[in-house]
Amino acid sequence: MELMEGELEKITAEVEQVIKDQGTERERLIPILQGVQEKLGYLPKEAMKKVAEAVEVSEVEIYEIATFYNQFRLNPPGKHQIKVCMGTACHMTGGNIIMESFERRLDIKEGETTPDREFSLERVACVGCCALAPVVVVDENVEAKVRPTRVDGILLGFDMEKKAAEKEMQKAASEQKTQEEEG
Amino acid sequence: MSVLGTDTQKTYQELKDQAVQAVEGLNTKSYVLVGTATCGRAAGALNVLETFRSEIGKHNVDAEIIEVGCMGHCYAEPMVIVYKPGFPKICYGSVDEGIATRLVTDFLVNDDPCFDFAMAALEPNDFFPTFEDFPRGVYEQKVVLSDCGLIAPDDIEQYIARDGYGGLAKALSKEPERVITEVKDSNLRGRGGAGFPTGVKWEICRNAEGDTKYVICNADEGDPGAFIDRALLESNPHQLIEGLAIAAYAIGASQGYIYVRAEYPLAIERLKTAIGQAREKGIIGNSVMGSNFSFDIKIFQGSGAFVCGEETALIASIEGNAGIPNHRPPFPAVSGLHGKPTIINNVKTLSYITHIIRNGAEWFKSIGTPGTPGTAVFALAGKVVGTGLVEVPMGTTIRTLIYDVADGIKNEKNFKAVQIGGPSGGCLPESSLDLPIDFDSLQQAGAMMGSGGLVVLDEEDCMVEIARFFLEFTQNESCGKCTFCRLGTKQMLDILTDITKGKGKLEDIDLLLELAVDIKAGSLCALGKTAPNPVLTTIRFFRDEYEAHITEGRCPALMCKELITYVIDEKKCSKLCDACIGSCPVEAVYTRSDMLKDIYLDKCVKCDNCLVTCLPLYQAVIKVSPPIEAGGNQNG
Repeated sequence: MELMEGELEKITAEVEQVIKDQGTERERLIPILQGVQEKLGYLPKEAMKKVAEAVEVSEVEIYEIATFYNQFRLNPPGKHQIKVCMGTACHMTGGNIIMESFERRLDIKEGETTPDREFSLERVACVGCCALAPVVVVDENVEAKVRPTRVDGILLGFDMEKKAAEKEMQKAASEQKTQEEEG
Repeated sequence: MSVLGTDTQKTYQELKDQAVQAVEGLNTKSYVLVGTATCGRAAGALNVLETFRSEIGKHNVDAEIIEVGCMGHCYAEPMVIVYKPGFPKICYGSVDEGIATRLVTDFLVNDDPCFDFAMAALEPNDFFPTFEDFPRGVYEQKVVLSDCGLIAPDDIEQYIARDGYGGLAKALSKEPERVITEVKDSNLRGRGGAGFPTGVKWEICRNAEGDTKYVICNADEGDPGAFIDRALLESNPHQLIEGLAIAAYAIGASQGYIYVRAEYPLAIERLKTAIGQAREKGIIGNSVMGSNFSFDIKIFQGSGAFVCGEETALIASIEGNAGIPNHRPPFPAVSGLHGKPTIINNVKTLSYITHIIRNGAEWFKSIGTPGTPGTAVFALAGKVVGTGLVEVPMGTTIRTLIYDVADGIKNEKNFKAVQIGGPSGGCLPESSLDLPIDFDSLQQAGAMMGSGGLVVLDEEDCMVEIARFFLEFTQNESCGKCTFCRLGTKQMLDILTDITKGKGKLEDIDLLLELAVDIKAGSLCALGKTAPNPVLTTIRFFRDEYEAHITEGRCPALMCKELITYVIDEKKCSKLCDACIGSCPVEAVYTRSDMLKDIYLDKCVKCDNCLVTCLPLYQAVIKVSPPIEAGGNQNG
């Protein structure tokens, strides 16, 4: 994925900070990658190269680890991350139906991000809330006993939030404009 | 050593006196305990917590609000316990903002304990039954879960006041060898799945050569359907820290690791707080409780690989590599982390250690069966009424667990099978319900204790689909080292997927059985060796379901999407209602000219919405199998 303007500088700065905090021992490799992902939301190619240099392992080893573990993502996440639980209890109570509802509504597949980078959709193995299945984790919030109608509700909530924010912005902009005109 | 021992006891006594004093202060006024473990939060516990805060502030009540973990009654989340001097402690279930407000205005401000919302009292009294008066309370015997949900996980004083860290103090006043003997005498078997005797493992590690040794707690609970370790970490992290410290002392390690899944952020947070507090109190760190034993703990966050639950893979992961299992022997107890002797124990195992050292091996052996003493902790999920965590003595039958402890099957449906042990375990039918729960009898039946996930399935669950689900999971999680596990599971998955789509052949069943034998023989670690278990047990006990899919193109449980069609029963449909139309995400439901509703089969995505919407009113939307071809709509 192409980097946006100024992104490379940000990546370099964040990676250097994480390495400074964690040290460069081989044993710190996974915590370093976790730290980078926490800061950037994903592991860009440039970051992995930097880490390889600092810890003195080959780039392919970093790539091996980044692709071996489910936690690491190589593409930027959406602003809102939707994780559908696919544990046993969730599966038996219709977790796949919930996944399909999200796929249909967002028009992306599992593991993808919407083109506007607003939402990303993932499956997780089990979040450990089996008694409340099916479960969806939206950003940090755990949604219990989700039905396809709740999927619409969740997305509608974000949509309204976004519209309200845009309205605020427009309002602020027009106020500023009036002020400028008056001034 | 004996001099040091008395010192330790003295230091501990001082710690305990302080803690008891601090906690006694709490009991002089009202308090509210809100269960805010992940499961409580999912059910809305944080809103309830906020309501208590604002209401208590508004009414100027002198009451403490304390966040606690999980009591195990997941079906009744969010749960709170309210204490007011002069009343017994009462537990309320399924609390929402409205009930929380009432509890403050009616109970804390006035003196009405709102028995309408109460579940049970925590201690015997003249007003209200206690948990022990219900079947669940009668059959349960809590050891590791005993304090969960009752003490604040982020307050070490509450733990110490309940004899916490007493086991560690006791261990430190003995020779390490005697600690190992105590554990061996208790006959404790590792709760990670295989049931290896913990004391034996420790002895091997103690006797292994080398000055540097490590203890690791395996909290990489990746098994979908199990959440016991999460609950223990979120509800009582100190219990685990104590067990880990005892283990370190026994084998002679000074560094411990807790390998915990990154998917459990709250558990990690509470664990970090707990380790910090223990360090402050001198319970871990240099010269633990004034003894010459030093010990510290690091948390390592697992990055989401199921195979890392395997000992050698877990070690590879801590060392900064991909978590790929290695040959054993040498066993980690001889050569583990960085080539040093290492013991790896599960969260539950280490939590038991705390109680065994505190109360003695004889006490532990008095619970459960001679072959497997102690209790079994299960995460009950699926189609049972009383979902949640339960702890029963080993030897309890599965029937008691499902029908007495968990109150039977939901919605008066019929029991079909119980899946024990997650992806490594198996599905047992009704005829196995009287099996006593312990490592050996479950293994004989083709299932496995595993990490304690127990999912109950009813007549609406398809056994082929559940086998396919578990195989999809293990196939995804196979690290790829062994050919049979990597490719064999893929073949099995493809065959099972075909069967669930009605494209299976009768000879596929034998092919599956053949592949299962080869995968078990040709895999290095337990992931591959146990991967075929769900398939083997479902074929053994539910062969007729496989055959119905293959020969008739019919899913008896009406679950496999490719083999069902949603139709509307004309006789039941109401002309006056169009709830189903509104519920359909793809406009597949429409009103016919006679005002009855119907479904365009070619548009229907089988999302189940209309069926759920219609269920409480008319039950007119039904599933049929084998499917009706689009165009051949029976309702015309």
